[in-house]
Amino acid sequence: MKIIVCIKQVPDTNEVRLDPKTGTLIRDGVPSIINPDDKSGLEAALRLKDQRGAHVTVISMGPPQADAALREALAMGVDRAILLTDRAFGGADTWATSTTLAGAIKKMDYDLIITGRQAIDGDTAQVGPQIAEHLKLPQVSYVEDMEVDGQYFIFKRMFEDGFHRIKVKRPCLITTLQEMNEPRYMKVGGIFDAYREKEVEIMTLADLDVNLEHIGLKGSPTKVKKSFTKGVKSAGKVYELAPKEAADLIVDKLKEKFII
Amino acid sequence: MDFNLSKEYIMLQRMYQEFAETEVKPLAEEVDETEEFPVETVKKLARYGFMGIPFPKEFGGEGGDVLAYAMAVEALSKVCATTGVIVSAHTSLCATPIYEFGTPAQKEKYLVPLAKGEKLGAFGLTEANAGTDASSQQTTADLEGDEYVLNGSKIFITNAGYADTYIVMAMTDKTKGNKGISAFIVEKDTPGFTIGKKEAKMGIRGSATCELIFENCRIPKENLLSTEGKGFRIAMQTLDGGRIGIASQALGIAAGALEQTVNYVKERKQFGKPIAAFQNTQFQLADMNTKVEAARLLVYKAAICKQNKMPYSKEAAMAKLYAAEVAMEVTTKAVQLHGGYGYTREYPVERMMRDAKITEIYEGTSEVQKMVIAAHLLK
Repeated sequence: MKIIVCIKQVPDTNEVRLDPKTGTLIRDGVPSIINPDDKSGLEAALRLKDQRGAHVTVISMGPPQADAALREALAMGVDRAILLTDRAFGGADTWATSTTLAGAIKKMDYDLIITGRQAIDGDTAQVGPQIAEHLKLPQVSYVEDMEVDGQYFIFKRMFEDGFHRIKVKRPCLITTLQEMNEPRYMKVGGIFDAYREKEVEIMTLADLDVNLEHIGLKGSPTKVKKSFTKGVKSAGKVYELAPKEAADLIVDKLKEKFII
Repeated sequence: MDFNLSKEYIMLQRMYQEFAETEVKPLAEEVDETEEFPVETVKKLARYGFMGIPFPKEFGGEGGDVLAYAMAVEALSKVCATTGVIVSAHTSLCATPIYEFGTPAQKEKYLVPLAKGEKLGAFGLTEANAGTDASSQQTTADLEGDEYVLNGSKIFITNAGYADTYIVMAMTDKTKGNKGISAFIVEKDTPGFTIGKKEAKMGIRGSATCELIFENCRIPKENLLSTEGKGFRIAMQTLDGGRIGIASQALGIAAGALEQTVNYVKERKQFGKPIAAFQNTQFQLADMNTKVEAARLLVYKAAICKQNKMPYSKEAAMAKLYAAEVAMEVTTKAVQLHGGYGYTREYPVERMMRDAKITEIYEGTSEVQKMVIAAHLLK
């Protein structure tokens, strides 16, 4: 079985501090990590490899520093690591990112593509589903458990109040949840291998089957109008009321503040 | 001269720290309190490659080096000195002499499972009347046909009872003094080999420290390590390397105590402000940090010298001497800065201070390190 896992290197938000003066994030000196949902997807792929044998490729689009995330994946046990890096990819929104990743993946052989549900720095949850659309693949999002059944996979797709069990024929794409598993640590020897014996393959624009118009900042339909820090909210108040009275109260309060 | 660690060591440090914080730190207090050997932790250490860091892959190791090993012992000892010494004794004192002196068959049979962490190792040199004076060995090994017959006992043996493979020193020719000592590989459960009294200790209480007893214990002739009479040299060279492990342990204990203290002084308020705001606190912390960093440089230098096959005996002795003194000083100051709470078991610095003391004693006391350093200086 051939599995491709898409990962993103993100700042460790547990380590991010706020600048007390400007209220913005201080990113300097913040360690970079593999996005947690992606890391669980990676672990799921490695477990399939341990249990039944699989070839696992990990792929990331990012600046040259994303090499560290791919080496970490190698140290955890993946077979191949690919970094898509090129100035032309910079400034990409989710559409341009998924176009670029799909441009690399469509040249490859796979039974399963795994992406994390969403990245902790963007929280869009769009790139995985978009890759599936680009590649015209069936997709199952929010996967928390999976099993192999011949040429099919059976996925447990989570909702807030329940789950679906979905049987899907290969090849397909899933997006995974951090709650799916507890990712393994890197192995000591794996780290040495990752730096001394294995390589992170670099792919640039020239290696991909993509339209220049659809990638990078130029190919990104999303335009960020303004970035700002949310203002401080006043303290909330809790009312214990029956639904009907509560509705009246809300309407009154909104009128009071000239919102309606 | 480049003091920057390359990317692989930075990644190793991160992995060690994650493992230590998640798998080792939560058990440290209990391991100390109950004096129970952390069997499950050792299994996890094995799974992630901690038990064979400096050995080549062909011998079941991780293909790493001595610096990577030293950093592992440091990171583990930062949260639990017991766990640190288990790895150190196993790697430096048992697997390493087999790697350095063993025959291909001995490496295949003993080093491979040790480096993979399937087996645990220990080392027996010290006797009741042969501590620093290691040449006064009373344990004997007599060749009878195809077997050596061991008689005698060893004390203060780390990992005893839990280890599967023991390097044991014994006299094969009492008339030759040092040159009559030989080294043997002894498997647990060999008839005539039993584990004696377990010591109740001040620190590293989860580490098993016991007596080894040999009563007509017959081991195959091929378990002689190197040749007859080479035991003392093997022991001394092994201890040179072991000092890097213990120096790393001491460094880790000191670094752990410093970290705990930095956190504590920011929280603890007296006279209306955090005690970190007092200059005495700041000066103490500055001294502690400077000494920890100096110890780290000595330890890493000794590790790199050994790795590069340069002379490292003096460097290892200096690293151990200094790191052990720093561990004792920093943990004592850490307790002082914690005040009354530091003396209770509510905070880990009390344990760290007890753990630190042994680093000035085992694998060569501080006085022995000074003898080694002076001997190099005056030769």
